[in-house]
Amino acid sequence: MSAIGTRAGTGAAGWVLADSWTMTRRELAHWARQPVRIVVGLAFPVMLLLMFTYLVGGGRGVDGDHAEFLVPGMLALTMAFGLEATMLAVTQDLTKGVIDRFRAMPMFSGSVLVGRSVADMLQSVAALAVMTGVGYAVGWRWHNGLTAALGAVGLLLLLRFAMLWTGIQLAMVAGRPEMVQAVQILVWPVGFLSNVFAAPESMPGRLGAVVEWNPMSATVTAVRGLFGNPGGSGGSWAAAHAELLAVAWPVALIAVFFPLAVRRFARIGG
Amino acid sequence: MARVADAIVLDDVHKRYRGRRALDGLDLTVGRGTVHAVLGPNGAGKTTAVRILSTLLRPDGGRAEVVGFDVRSEAGEVRRRIGLLGQHAALDEQLGGRQNLEMFGRLHHLGARRAGVRADGLLARFGLADTGRKPVKEYSGGMRRRLDLAASLITDPEVLFLDEPTTGLDPRGRAEVWSSVRSLVGGGTTVLLTTQYLEEADQLADRISLIDGGRVVADGTADTLKARVGGDRIDVVVRDASQLESAAALLTDGAVLDADRRLIGAPAGDRMATLTRAVRALQEAGIEADDIAVRRPTLDEVFMALTGMDAEVAA
Ligand SMILES: Nc1ncnc2c1ncn2[C@@H]1O[C@H](COP(=O)(O)OP(=O)(O)O)[C@@H](O)[C@H]1O
Ligand SMILES: [Mg+2]
Repeated sequence: MSAIGTRAGTGAAGWVLADSWTMTRRELAHWARQPVRIVVGLAFPVMLLLMFTYLVGGGRGVDGDHAEFLVPGMLALTMAFGLEATMLAVTQDLTKGVIDRFRAMPMFSGSVLVGRSVADMLQSVAALAVMTGVGYAVGWRWHNGLTAALGAVGLLLLLRFAMLWTGIQLAMVAGRPEMVQAVQILVWPVGFLSNVFAAPESMPGRLGAVVEWNPMSATVTAVRGLFGNPGGSGGSWAAAHAELLAVAWPVALIAVFFPLAVRRFARIGG
Repeated sequence: MARVADAIVLDDVHKRYRGRRALDGLDLTVGRGTVHAVLGPNGAGKTTAVRILSTLLRPDGGRAEVVGFDVRSEAGEVRRRIGLLGQHAALDEQLGGRQNLEMFGRLHHLGARRAGVRADGLLARFGLADTGRKPVKEYSGGMRRRLDLAASLITDPEVLFLDEPTTGLDPRGRAEVWSSVRSLVGGGTTVLLTTQYLEEADQLADRISLIDGGRVVADGTADTLKARVGGDRIDVVVRDASQLESAAALLTDGAVLDADRRLIGAPAGDRMATLTRAVRALQEAGIEADDIAVRRPTLDEVFMALTGMDAEVAA
């Protein structure tokens, strides 16, 4: 298999790290050349947060302050929407001629994907920082101490990491512009069929069940719990074990898509 | 470990794209330190052959080796020894020229410092030192090609693949690429270049393989191939279409006629003598010509000649 040939040719395992770092630097250099895109990328989720806080008036079916209820969900939604950002980036990258040069060089071929994932994770950390800052400004607080808050951030980034590898694999399997558009549209109903904007108990039975088992809902419930924000468990098994599911769902996605994506990338071009 | 082997070996290589045949038993042997041209029309399989040799594409069958290493099972060894100038630019368009070269140097495991030194050296050598910071997407076509060539030379490869290196370049850009290739060969690099232009193969290559439909139709030195085509051609455009036949009779044997364009094409053994003779004969016969020219055979004509399809030229 070409994957084995590539790795054998790479020689020392140290090159895995060195090549991954080189490819991460490539992504950072792209940022440095396009600062406006970074700002827009950060402004969009902030705009959503403000829109849902003030215009739509979220938090139906739940008592308490809108911002307290909404912010954890919006953070999780931003992580989940990272799927399309990653997919778009990988789709665009794969159409570029430079990928051929990478693949014809004696480098660790997976480093292209590592560069992508480090860059996307850094972008997500920045997004979380900006959004929690804005959330603070509109009245959201964490109530259970720093450790629990950091645990919540960890769960959010884990969700993002799962979306990352799902997005990479989707881009390689079906990475055409129209597919990216389809995913961009589909993430919205998936995002809304969750407990981000309303408690599952306020929904009709079957819909409520779908919402409770939505991987994103587990993260939202767990994050709310860790931050000490309202809208906690509704009493179902999924809701009661939200923290377990908030780890299990993303880990399962990563376990499936990470090896698939790495293998697939090494075989691009057949 | 030094392996004594030809620089490139393709032995009965087959490749299909979803059932569509691209290579159909391609054979090719290239000796070390030589320049070999793969000449063929669009769709002949040139790019497919280059992509297989540079480990980007896996052959369906047959043997493909570069300096003795199998492109499938020893891809890493192959990649360490080759440079690739693909048909389309393989550069990061958003980054600057220097950033590109430095990145490729690092990925070739030169280490950060040597990668930087190498990048600066190549930028200077290809006349890009002043534009090293500009993003590649703002480069002209010729600059981009030069940077792409520089990138494929980042480690002084043993074997260099050039896939249609001058297609789309103006005459000056073409001359620049040609002189770069010539200087490389002096340094002992083996070059496999593909082209649609007979003249390019003629100018640069020690040997030429003419391919069509994914297999070799003819190969040899430029001279042996040209001898088989019959050398230069003379074209005469007569003013009066009714004189086409009588004019053709005055020219050498083997003339072909194109009534729509009032054109006669015929083999020209000796350029000067054929031209002088034709002008005099036409004048004496009182036939007026709008155009008379002696030229090299076109790829089509080489093709026709070597595949025995001459008859169709007249059609
Ligand atoms: N990715 C591809 N998918 C399907 N067919 C292809 C692909 N690439 C090339 N082909 C076909 O394979 C044949 C050889 O193509 P190619 O190697 O690109 O020829 P050349 O480089 O000589 O123009 C052509 O018929 C072409 O249409
Ligand atoms: Mg081609």
